[in-house]
Amino acid sequence: MSKFLHTYPNIRSFRQALEQREFSVQEATETLLAEISAQKALNAFVDVNPDLSMTQAHAADQQLAAGNSSLLCGTPLAHKDIFVTQGWRTTAGSKMLADYVSPFDATVVQALLKAGGVSLGKLNCDEFAMGSGNEHSAAGPTLNPWDQTVVPGGSSGGSAAAVAAGLVLGATGTDTGGSVRQPAALCGICGIKPTYGVASRFGMIAYASSLDQAGVLATNADDLALLLDAISGFDPRDATSIETCHGQPNAPGRILGHYEQLLDQYAGDKPLAGLRIGVPKEYFGDGLNHDVAQAIEQAIRQFEALGATRVDISLPNTAYSIAAYYVIAPAEASSNLARYDAVRYGHRTTQYGDLQDMTARSRAEGFGDEVRKRIMIGTYVLSHGYYDAYYLQAQRVRRLIAQGFQLAFKDQCDIIMGPVNPTVAPEIGSVAKDATAEWLGDIYTLSVNLAGLPGLSIPCGFAPGQKGQPLPVGLQLIGNYFDEARLLAVAQKYQQVTDWHSRRPGAAS
Amino acid sequence: MKWETVIGLEAHVQLKTSSKIFSASATRYGALPNTQANEVDMALPGSLPVLNGHAVAHAIRFGLAIGAQIAPRSIFARKNYFYPDLPKNYQISQYEIPVVLGGSIDCLVDGELRNFALTRAHLEEDAGKSIHDNFTGPDGQPCSGIDLNRAGTPLLEIVSEPDMRSAAQAVAYAKALHSLVVWLGICDGNMQEGSFRIDANVSVRPVGQAEFGTRTETKNVNSFRFLERAILFEVNRQIELIEDGGTVVQETRLYDADRDETRSMRSKEDAHDYRYFPDPDLPPLIITEQWIDEIRSAMPELPEQMRTRFIDELGLPVAEATQICQNPVAAQYFEAVASHLPADQAKLAANWLIGDLAAALNRDNIDLSQCPVSPTELAALLKRILDNTISNKIARDVFAQMWAGPERDADQIIEAKGLKQISDTGAIAALVDQVIDSQPEIVEQYRAGKEKAFNSLVGQVMKLAKGKANPAQVNELLKQRLDR
Repeated sequence: MSKFLHTYPNIRSFRQALEQREFSVQEATETLLAEISAQKALNAFVDVNPDLSMTQAHAADQQLAAGNSSLLCGTPLAHKDIFVTQGWRTTAGSKMLADYVSPFDATVVQALLKAGGVSLGKLNCDEFAMGSGNEHSAAGPTLNPWDQTVVPGGSSGGSAAAVAAGLVLGATGTDTGGSVRQPAALCGICGIKPTYGVASRFGMIAYASSLDQAGVLATNADDLALLLDAISGFDPRDATSIETCHGQPNAPGRILGHYEQLLDQYAGDKPLAGLRIGVPKEYFGDGLNHDVAQAIEQAIRQFEALGATRVDISLPNTAYSIAAYYVIAPAEASSNLARYDAVRYGHRTTQYGDLQDMTARSRAEGFGDEVRKRIMIGTYVLSHGYYDAYYLQAQRVRRLIAQGFQLAFKDQCDIIMGPVNPTVAPEIGSVAKDATAEWLGDIYTLSVNLAGLPGLSIPCGFAPGQKGQPLPVGLQLIGNYFDEARLLAVAQKYQQVTDWHSRRPGAAS
Repeated sequence: MKWETVIGLEAHVQLKTSSKIFSASATRYGALPNTQANEVDMALPGSLPVLNGHAVAHAIRFGLAIGAQIAPRSIFARKNYFYPDLPKNYQISQYEIPVVLGGSIDCLVDGELRNFALTRAHLEEDAGKSIHDNFTGPDGQPCSGIDLNRAGTPLLEIVSEPDMRSAAQAVAYAKALHSLVVWLGICDGNMQEGSFRIDANVSVRPVGQAEFGTRTETKNVNSFRFLERAILFEVNRQIELIEDGGTVVQETRLYDADRDETRSMRSKEDAHDYRYFPDPDLPPLIITEQWIDEIRSAMPELPEQMRTRFIDELGLPVAEATQICQNPVAAQYFEAVASHLPADQAKLAANWLIGDLAAALNRDNIDLSQCPVSPTELAALLKRILDNTISNKIARDVFAQMWAGPERDADQIIEAKGLKQISDTGAIAALVDQVIDSQPEIVEQYRAGKEKAFNSLVGQVMKLAKGKANPAQVNELLKQRLDR
């Protein structure tokens, strides 16, 4: 494993080293590109462009020398291969876009570049972000740095693996049903998805538009605050992006400002005094692995030790989130992915008859099993005669789920805590044998997307994997709309008194 | 058996905006293929639609003009189907909740004022164009091309109720709708360029039957003449089919102008299941009262209001008022001419506008907006009719000279050509006497009771006067002399 970033485990320490001239951004970039190359077996990166990374590093060095740069200046980052980039191929983990290069950058990519971040390349993911184990990628599975026989989670599996392996300090991800939080949990790092509409979806290849939201992954909550703040902001190119959050403009500075204000507020030996943590009983049901449950309980006790109050709550519609999600997301996906028709770009089959045949064959070849399955489900639930029973019903359930959260936040609790995933990372290949299990595993994360709320995952311990090996467990923190800074500040207080976030996978080093 | 025709029309009106409905690309017609298509129009991965407020404002304008309800909240939906010139393979359109609901349009059918109800009008994006004829690929092989310049052009689809009972009514409605959208400035009205396209839903039923017959939808009608022909063809086809024992199939048909016939495009059996659902990329379209008020206060006077005013205040007959109000330029021209004339003489301006001026414009294929004779100049001519300086007949000659130019001052022409009407009783009496003396036979005929002979004598006097004698005076004096 990378020794370099283990010495500088977070953005602020990395930045301090840069300022003290321990190394230049270009030197760091060169070192990390070499480590990415050395760790090819992990299959976290699907494309690198050393020349372009070095150009960005050079620019960051100049900005640092000029002394007018942001905290993120020079930070080594990488992007989930679902964000379009001009300098790297964008495949969305699909054969369909095997050679696709975008003529424009995603807004999130531009925002991090503007903040001085250096992109080291593109990160593996499940095809079109559909999957929970990074096994549905045309580029092959990404391996979990903690144990190369288990999955890193998904769909932002490459992002989580790259951060956990110390190849980058931060990575972008997207979260439609848990795709940032779950891989963060399974790789023992942190990942946050903000309120729907806080980060722009422009340039983010659409899976399910009403649920898709960009997020960031890093080793600790403080880094997430810096990264999330940078990618947040209203974007006139995304009609669903939000202009104001509780009267404040949605722009960089809002989250960081709120975060710092809360850190000041959370002081003393009981810094979280007054904070009410809602613990939904539905998140601790039958499907939850016993050891994972214990790690979560222990973490909640730690928060109580910091002064917070535990409140048992109920989110009665949690179980329905799976059915609702797997109607709504495939419905939107079936339409979003219709543009991949082999006419203007993308994979085109070599042998075909008429135009319809060309599109049908190209799609059959270009899309993997999971994508085809969801397109078929989505097409079905939108069909004449089924729309009301499936799609409309799912939208009703979605509203009830959102209302359930609002009831809890109204007078029961300030944030909600629970597990991210029912188990630790499963063996590579084991999930593919049981597709239903893969979907059921999303139970704790889906509701957050259906409601559009912010959700954070932080490491909180270890539990034995299928072979008895210790694997990371993630704790989920769910906040009310636009309260992402509170989640981060609360997590930061936890990370001040625990060291789960500092643990690094050692086995592969 | 006697048959009744039932027609409803769907109009696709291209809204006049500089950029597309969901992207910043230009909408100019005739640009080089694919030079006005950006990442949104090409449906590149990661692109997103953003609604153009100007297109919405145009829809509101239209809704206000037809007295419709403007939906405070309407929804954009996706209409899913695969077609290569539809890059996303879905069209963004309004489905369950359109922006404009109801309303009606007045039009003149065979001189009679009719009112046709509208069902709805909704915003949507146009598709690109497939080019099949004379197109070759990079290696010279024959293939089809796709031009996405039109993809994403804003359309307002305006759907009428099935209220029309003849091709003539349908054409009158379509013309009234066309002139209204041009009047409002929301469409350039160019039918050749496809800015205003009509689909006709046609069915027939035995007279007296309450239920509608099975309808067909005829597309590709790009002129009012073709609309009439397509409907007439379709009505005849359906009647013959039924009378021969067949049944009409619900289908989409294409009008072929070259063969003057409609033919089947696709039947209901292979109709798409469009799988409509609300577009998650676009929040509901919220239209506030304030926005509506802003647009209302900036609205031009509507043809309907203007028509009523012309009838009530200027005394124009309904037919003339309606005809003039089909075109804002004509209405403005008329008002300008009438403003120089006494209030009770506006009809003279209308008659000239519809008559001689329209004929001259037609003959020389000139648009009224380019008319060589200004309203003030025409009014100067009409004043000379009203004050008896010249007769209507002479005025036509003067007008012809004004039209030809360069002299456009009616008085100058009348003076220079000596066309001033002779109203001097003495001078006219001399001419009358001269005719009576020189035409004793005709005078005899008159006195024998042949009324026609009188007209002949009038004609003789006018001839002598080179048309300039005041006809009323000639009549009067001739009668006096003959009858005494």
